[in-house]
Amino acid sequence: MSAPPGDSARHANDPFEPGPVTVVRRETLAPNVELLTVHAPVVARKIRAGQFVILMADARGERIPLTVADWDREAGIVSCVVMQVGTSTYRLAALKPGDVVPTFVGPLGKAIDVAAWGTVVCAGGCYGIGGIFPVARALKEAGNRVICLIEGRSKFLLYWMDRMEAVSDRVLFATRDRSIGGDIRDGHDVVAEMLRTGERVDRIVAIGCTFMMYKMSEATRPFGVKTVVSLNPIMIDGTGMCGACRVSVGGETKFACVDGPDFDGHLVDWDLLLARRKAYLDAETDSAER
Amino acid sequence: MAKKQIVPTKTPMPEQEPGERIHNYEEVPFGFTPEQAMAEARRCLECAKPGCMQGCPVNIDIPGFLKLVADGDFRGAINLIKETNALPAVTGRVCPQEEQCEGPCQLGKRFEPVGIGRLERFAADWEAAQGEAPIPELPPPTGKKVAVVGSGPAGITVAADLVRKGHHVTIFEALHEAGGVLVYGIPEFRLPKVIVEREVQFVCRMGAKLVKNFVVGTSATVDELLEEFDAVFLGTGAGLPWFLNIPGENLNGVYTANEYLTRANLMKAYLFPEYDTPIARGRRVLTIGGGNVAMDAARTALRLGAPESIIVYRRSRDEMPARAEEIHHAEQEGVQFNLLTAPIALHGDAQGSVKELECLRCELGEPDASGRRRPVPIKDSNFRIPCDVVVLSIGQSPNPLIPQTTPDLAVGKYGVVTVDAETMKTSKRGVWAGGDVATGGATVILAMGQARIASRSIDEYLGTGAW
Repeated sequence: MSAPPGDSARHANDPFEPGPVTVVRRETLAPNVELLTVHAPVVARKIRAGQFVILMADARGERIPLTVADWDREAGIVSCVVMQVGTSTYRLAALKPGDVVPTFVGPLGKAIDVAAWGTVVCAGGCYGIGGIFPVARALKEAGNRVICLIEGRSKFLLYWMDRMEAVSDRVLFATRDRSIGGDIRDGHDVVAEMLRTGERVDRIVAIGCTFMMYKMSEATRPFGVKTVVSLNPIMIDGTGMCGACRVSVGGETKFACVDGPDFDGHLVDWDLLLARRKAYLDAETDSAER
Repeated sequence: MAKKQIVPTKTPMPEQEPGERIHNYEEVPFGFTPEQAMAEARRCLECAKPGCMQGCPVNIDIPGFLKLVADGDFRGAINLIKETNALPAVTGRVCPQEEQCEGPCQLGKRFEPVGIGRLERFAADWEAAQGEAPIPELPPPTGKKVAVVGSGPAGITVAADLVRKGHHVTIFEALHEAGGVLVYGIPEFRLPKVIVEREVQFVCRMGAKLVKNFVVGTSATVDELLEEFDAVFLGTGAGLPWFLNIPGENLNGVYTANEYLTRANLMKAYLFPEYDTPIARGRRVLTIGGGNVAMDAARTALRLGAPESIIVYRRSRDEMPARAEEIHHAEQEGVQFNLLTAPIALHGDAQGSVKELECLRCELGEPDASGRRRPVPIKDSNFRIPCDVVVLSIGQSPNPLIPQTTPDLAVGKYGVVTVDAETMKTSKRGVWAGGDVATGGATVILAMGQARIASRSIDEYLGTGAW
């Protein structure tokens, strides 16, 4: 078949005629936590902190959202943290350099609000450590004093400490087994303590599992400090066409994929989000056991 | 001339038995044999003033193609159809013929109309059976580039028309498969995906580029597209689902039809766990709505194993907008119809899963803006229907992402993009729109008709540069 009319040699990163998205690198950050780096110039070109992508590990897979952790616009590459929790993430964690990722679409969602708020605590838990990194970086670049708070069950599950140090004024830790970070076990207690002692905190951004973000919001509520969370409902298309990701914020139904993913943690109906995330628990368990 | 013998009834269409077909996703009607097609086409009275042509939204030369089928010239018939209709294999299956071509049929005044839809489908399927369609000879490249946003019926049609004129066309599709509503919305048992694939492949074989997993509005804005392309066509459909705004709508088990059908059709949840996407397989599925989407959802529920699949609709059967054949097939398959029933609240259990739909009974009052008698709820007639899955199929409107990121794109009520009816031009220079994004949720044939108008206007613009 002859070349289509008007065609000519294209740069490898041509945003309007992209090739397939391929895996560049996969590295283990912690047990069950991988960093997946792919060549995706369409996404790399426009991605901003707080946004996510939807991907499929293979042609029969689910479409799942992953927060973007880092990118290189020049090289056209994007990285996401993948925590292995079920079939889709097991498959993603098994991808090797050169493998094609059949679906990798974005950037999706609204970028996080970045302004000179003052002092911002950027809290990341588990897979959220990757998610909070570009947020901390953007806030630092905007002139904020950034305090990174990294939490997880134990020190061996934390990662990117050096990166966090590079984009913040201070790094704090919280681990359930107190293997690092002093006596406090939970990130939300660290923040509550800061606020109780009158330390200046103008805003908190929290990215992590639902429970972590919920607890953080509850801890800051009495102090009235704005707490931005990155909600993680089940998603399918990610572009606002199906409503699977609907959450309730301030009594109104919102689509996390287009109205979010970031929302005011003090207005989120956490019970609803937790219940909706369990909608397919049986199927997920069934699938993961195969 | 000898008086034509009247054949009062349509040639019966061989179909899968209802009891059997609710256990599979295969197409329900099998299609005509050539002999059946010729017999059906011969029923045409060849009347002097064919109402069928006027009834067709794009004025296909129906008497012309019927004559060709009657004479056994199937190639002539499909060529004639395709002069006007780019997607006859699709429209033959999904057009509401009873409201369009078959409605005004003269034969239908006293007897059953000619099965025009079945014959359009026959001609298209016959052509496909002859092997891969040859690529037409294309004119020399014009050097002009067009971005088509959306690979549904409107986008595919615009792309095909413009590639045939020698323009470079790139189709951008947000999802990972092309076809738009033809692939995520309309189920396999009504429109086999191999047909959609064939149409998309044909456009690509002619030279159009297909870029999937690209969301115009975020992966690139329309303004960014206009830096690279000479013209942009928006065929992004009506993919934003409507909600009832009643209590309990966010309970687990309550789906929009878009989600329910996307899981089932696009993600093949009916093949879980072979395909990873799950779907709630309720024992009693309530589908709220009376259109084609509602019929699709209700019939999909049966195929997913629901012992009971019930349509809940606030008006009566006469007001249901669904295609007659879909309602008929749904009834045959055992879908129940709770008519004159308006949903007012959803109730769930402690785990947050839906358990009951609370309703009011209705009676019909004066016609509303749609011309249909409005449903008037009867006070204190509350009752509850136990259920475990509810599918909201009450309508869709355009996704707001492109209007939100294209400030000078004029948008009207319900987010529908404003277009000039003669050209499909939007308010923004170099940008056209057609299909559901410009009409609100409508039909494939209307989308395709608007696409044809748009492509003619785009071609002219690319030649003259005059907006």
